[in-house]
Amino acid sequence: MTGAVILTGNASGGTRESAFNLRASVGSLELSSPILTASGCAAAGRELDDYFDITAIGGIVTKSIMLAPRSGRATPRMAETPSGMLNSIGLQGPGVENFIENDLAWLQQRGARTIVSIAGGTPDEFGKVAAKLRVAGGFDAIEVNISCPNVEDRGQVFAAHADSAAHVIQTVRRNSDNKIPIFAKLSPDVTDIVEIASSVAQAGATGVSVINTLLGMVINTKTMRPALAGVTGGLSGPAIRPIAVRCIWQIRSALPELPIIGMGGVRTGHDALEMILAGANAVSVGTSIFNDPAAPMRIQGELEQELRSRGFANLSQAVSYAHREVNQIMQTDLPTQVSDQTDDGWDFISE
Amino acid sequence: MKSGAIQVMGEVLDVQRTGKYFVMSVTAPGIAERTEPGQFITVGMGGEESSMILRRAFAIQRVQSRGMYGGTLDFVVSPVGEGTNWLTRLRRHDPLNLVGPLGKPFTLPTKPVTCVLVGGGYGSAPLIMLAESLRDRGCRVDTIIGASTEEKLYGSLDLKRVSTSLTLTTEDGTAGIQGRVTDALVKTLHSSKADVVYACGPMPMLASVAAASTARKVFSQCSVEESMACGIGVCMTCVLPVVGEDGVTRMLRSCIDGPVFRGDRVRWSEIGTIPEGTWGKEALRP
Repeated sequence: MTGAVILTGNASGGTRESAFNLRASVGSLELSSPILTASGCAAAGRELDDYFDITAIGGIVTKSIMLAPRSGRATPRMAETPSGMLNSIGLQGPGVENFIENDLAWLQQRGARTIVSIAGGTPDEFGKVAAKLRVAGGFDAIEVNISCPNVEDRGQVFAAHADSAAHVIQTVRRNSDNKIPIFAKLSPDVTDIVEIASSVAQAGATGVSVINTLLGMVINTKTMRPALAGVTGGLSGPAIRPIAVRCIWQIRSALPELPIIGMGGVRTGHDALEMILAGANAVSVGTSIFNDPAAPMRIQGELEQELRSRGFANLSQAVSYAHREVNQIMQTDLPTQVSDQTDDGWDFISE
Repeated sequence: MKSGAIQVMGEVLDVQRTGKYFVMSVTAPGIAERTEPGQFITVGMGGEESSMILRRAFAIQRVQSRGMYGGTLDFVVSPVGEGTNWLTRLRRHDPLNLVGPLGKPFTLPTKPVTCVLVGGGYGSAPLIMLAESLRDRGCRVDTIIGASTEEKLYGSLDLKRVSTSLTLTTEDGTAGIQGRVTDALVKTLHSSKADVVYACGPMPMLASVAAASTARKVFSQCSVEESMACGIGVCMTCVLPVVGEDGVTRMLRSCIDGPVFRGDRVRWSEIGTIPEGTWGKEALRP
């Protein structure tokens, strides 16, 4: 008999009974754990609550919400790629008022820590969404999805230019409670991500979420047409993880104090640790949820083991640890052994 | 709104080839016991380190309680791609990551009415479990299954056992009546006083079944097959346009709002588009 292994997050999470401190500080945002869901991969948390206790992870980052209800794009909206997937959903959603009334109210009643992701076609729309959320309250932070097309600039995404990214962040900051942390979600599809990070930080962002999907495309060789109705789509999943780690590393190197939420293809606690070592203060789990609905809880448990096994006493010790100065190239006390043998004795390995 | 779905490690008990398809029997403790006709499971592909990160969805054909194995279930695989081919190469005792039971099941009548079941290709698989439930309720069950050719017909022996009558159709005439299931359905609807039509199969077939049923003022329930990334309602990829009670069209998720929809509610010919008047379509225009 196979032994019925029920794979719920509760079986592997295990942070409650242990003394290990997974507490994460992301600027002014204090979380019980660094593990969050990534926007667009967890809806508003409700469906995932069947597979693990959504209040036992760091928090839920909701799917980006816009001002008005939105149907999203036509199907097909998705294509599988090697260790990843493309999506082109088109921000389907109920609009901010329905979101506040149904989703946010449910998350609040459920007791989940909530980071609301917002989107807009103009800086003004971002501002209006933030203003409605300010009135409603009942959430912990805002993540600003600036990787949506700017309808006033030929559909160029806000995240592609330092000034348009900053403009959105300023508008959201002005329309939000001063105490609410704001994270700008950056696109890796830029020449210099540090420039964008600096710009949004100056514009009032508490920190940055790194990275959003990369723009990709798949041709369906049966129909010999683009596989997605939207033609191009966002690439996510383990395939993009090294790019995420590189972006986190570059931003952390340039801006040592800037709070960073890392994301992009995190599938295991080992992957989460990699981002933390590169400089992430928290880590969002996205596409892996589609593979394993309990992934955030499982990864939280695995991360704790990864940290413990390396002798870290708490999470904060590990943040940016890969940036430390290492003076000795090889950590050994043994003196170098110099041989007096000539090459003649080694001619079997010489050319 | 707990769905009741769980994630478990199951084990392959048997892989049987039948025509163009493979029937997989797996242990699914906790899932099999709570499955209702029309529900589905998703299966993780290629093991934990796989580069295929998306699960595949399969309609549940039958559930059983098999002594030492606890709950087991059968599903049908049509090997068409890398993932489904990997599945059919599995052998007895191989582990399999399962999530289920997922989706809204078929709605069953409360009275012993006359039901017509229509299956296309391996879409007939979930009709086996459905037919058993309907017969248990004293319903008359007239089943019609069809495919392009005999090899692609599925489940005729099981369906013959559980149905009041069974009609086979193939487009090339290699088995049963030459033609399509909808031709046979139209005849059946004319000759019998069907109360409900249940259907599962390719979208064009469902569209015809729904149209034929609605034209005769017969209530139809159609189980759709849409490509899904998550199967649990979070990714928003498997949507299709469905008219609600309020007359408003919304893009609903096949995985948790379906896969069973009322045939007279789906805007069949506009699947793959955002039809005019859909809730939130205006927001797409700049």
